[in-house]
Amino acid sequence: MTSDTPSNTELRSCSPVVPVSGWGRFPVSEAHLCAGERLEQVARHTVLSRGLGRAYGDAALPATPGEALTSTLFADRLLSFDPESGILRAEAGCPLWRIIEVFLPRGWFPPVTPGTKFVTLGGMVAADVHGKMHHSQGTFGRHVVSILLQVADGRVIECSPEHEAELFDATLGGMGLTGHILEVAFRMHKVPSPWIVEQTETFADIPSLLAALRDAGEKWPFTVAWADLLNPPPHFGRSALMKGRWAEPHEAPSHPPKPKRTVRVPALFPSWFLQTWMVRYFNRLYLYRARRNQKPRIVHPESFFYPLDALLDWNRLYGPRGFTQYQCVLPAEDGFERHIRFVHRLRELAAPVFLAVIKDCGAEGRGLLSFPRPGISYALDMPMMARTQAIVDALNEFVIAAGGRVYLAKDALTRPEHFRLMEPRLQRFLAVRDRWDPQHRLHSALAARLFGDRR
Amino acid sequence: MRIALLGATRGMGRAVARELARRGHSLFLLGRNESELERSAKDLEIHGAPSPVRHFRCDLSEPSSFAPALEAAIEALHRLDAVVVTAGIFASQDDLENDSALTAKLLDTNFTQTILFCEAARKCLLAGGGGTLCVFSSVAGERGRKPVVLYGATKAGLTRYLEGLDHRFYHQGLRVVTVKPGFVRTSMTIGLKPPPFAADPHDVARTVVRAIERARPVVYVPPIWALVMAVIRWLPRWVMRKVNF
Ligand SMILES: Cc1cc2nc3c(=O)[nH]c(=O)nc-3n(C[C@H](O)[C@H](O)[C@H](O)COP(=O)(O)OP(=O)(O)OC[C@H]3O[C@@H](n4cnc5c(N)ncnc54)[C@H](O)[C@@H]3O)c2cc1C
Repeated sequence: MTSDTPSNTELRSCSPVVPVSGWGRFPVSEAHLCAGERLEQVARHTVLSRGLGRAYGDAALPATPGEALTSTLFADRLLSFDPESGILRAEAGCPLWRIIEVFLPRGWFPPVTPGTKFVTLGGMVAADVHGKMHHSQGTFGRHVVSILLQVADGRVIECSPEHEAELFDATLGGMGLTGHILEVAFRMHKVPSPWIVEQTETFADIPSLLAALRDAGEKWPFTVAWADLLNPPPHFGRSALMKGRWAEPHEAPSHPPKPKRTVRVPALFPSWFLQTWMVRYFNRLYLYRARRNQKPRIVHPESFFYPLDALLDWNRLYGPRGFTQYQCVLPAEDGFERHIRFVHRLRELAAPVFLAVIKDCGAEGRGLLSFPRPGISYALDMPMMARTQAIVDALNEFVIAAGGRVYLAKDALTRPEHFRLMEPRLQRFLAVRDRWDPQHRLHSALAARLFGDRR
Repeated sequence: MRIALLGATRGMGRAVARELARRGHSLFLLGRNESELERSAKDLEIHGAPSPVRHFRCDLSEPSSFAPALEAAIEALHRLDAVVVTAGIFASQDDLENDSALTAKLLDTNFTQTILFCEAARKCLLAGGGGTLCVFSSVAGERGRKPVVLYGATKAGLTRYLEGLDHRFYHQGLRVVTVKPGFVRTSMTIGLKPPPFAADPHDVARTVVRAIERARPVVYVPPIWALVMAVIRWLPRWVMRKVNF
């Protein structure tokens, strides 16, 4: 019996075969989803864990359609919190929004957050996520104190920087391939108030934006930029830089931020709905508003950290064909020459970049496959089209030549030979994986695509 | 309020307990598995329940465990204002039809044992001068329906029992809250295509806790089900035979 087929008792908490995909809705596969409050039991007979499905590509998909995946969503308990050290321990399915809901009113916030609060702790560790604070805080993994991991043979292992450090390092950014993460303990941050001071600055082109992004990082703990890479010149490269920090008690309103209203996008959008001209108009409107709003202001932490979360299921706007996010980091030099060429390359390729987010990255973390490294990262949303693969291939060639790399949590289209060239750490990761899971009982569509697993 | 909960480690019970914790109610957990109870107790303390949240072993399949468990709750909380019962089992009609042992277990757990537990809880509450007994039944008990013949029957019986209980002991201070959830996204329903009005445990919990605090006798969650069931109760038999609802 392979571990793929759920046994009868397990089937009780397993769904029939259902379609599954990542946030980009491409590719789509099928799997049994197995769930339960006790992760250790559920995970024993599945090939991979899956959280809230916010990885864009195929990281949380089975290698072969029909395999059983663990859905961690019902293992969401907070297990201990020590206000002295700020260390919070919780089950891996705990969503980030719950942590914020419970802890922000008490003056604590996670040290690192991605651009959505609809992710699980397990997913944050498996992708070793970074955020607007990467230049100041590093990746999430830097703040993880220990992980309880169920490895392929069913043993439960506690790993940390001190204990089973190699397994720990492979698990940070390891995309679920080292084991099922059962629990995570990490250090929370104390914040002076639950509000954010935000200041926006706008730029006419990418070179001036990049220079400002770098400078801003020295003064502001949170920075991120947004650029229009869709409109033709003179709009091409117009951009906005958002800088933020926690408000001090005397600056902040005395009342706590209210929960944000959300709107759900219905499932009825066809693939042709989101048209280039619409996004062009949107981009111009967005920048026009940003230009008029450049004074520092107090904003809701959720509109600062999670602007897209107000629109639930916004990935449906792209329709059933889905979209991909190409995220890469390029080492920075003075003058940003390579970066400017990269942006030009996008124009040459006529890449339909509907959304472009640019971030400053700090030091590389300890995760063997974690994404960020010193440099600047570009996250580019593109609808899936016939030529999307060719665009990704061309961009990857550029990235390899520049000594950069792509982010596995977003990837769906990178070729294995390209990945090997951009990831010198891969051999070390694969060696650790082989040691703990020689038969590759834990596997995913991403591993089959990029690491050459047997299907 | 001081509240004992049976079934709070899982599913909707977990969500209700968290919402109660968030509002600062004192909680006591009853359930089968000590380590699960311990973990949920910690979760509830972090969510805001007065610490410590204590627990005691209580197994729905062992009626002899009921009275000692409730007494342990009274001792720890000093008095009991409410008892919440979310425990129960679900199995699909197909599985039940092919497995009479499973059917027996479902009938026994959801009807006989649950009612025996409610009887024990009722006695404790009345002995303390009254209080609220909140029990999760289901919209599946409102009408005999093809996909939930057996499960629905247990819930129908439970609902009628609770209704009678309310009538009999209301004037002695017993407040019975019958909760009738529709489809809720829990680990039991993972991967099933959610029908219209599917709810998250989070939303269910808010409605239920408000109902407990105000002792409302019947709550549908989400509330739209009150309307839906009003229509379904009036559908003639020949329509029910035709539709696969
Ligand atoms: C709008 C949006 C904005 C984003 N912004 C950022 C950002 O700013 N920075 C950033 O770094 N990322 C960002 N992301 C990506 C997201 O943070 C990661 O993909 C994250 O891993 C998703 O978590 P999840 O719980 O949804 O995991 P899933 O998508 O379900 O799974 C992702 C990976 O984690 C593994 N995994 C999940 N749970 C476990 C577990 N318990 N044990 C072992 N492996 C597990 C899966 O196998 C898979 O490989 C963004 C995504 C979206 C949709």
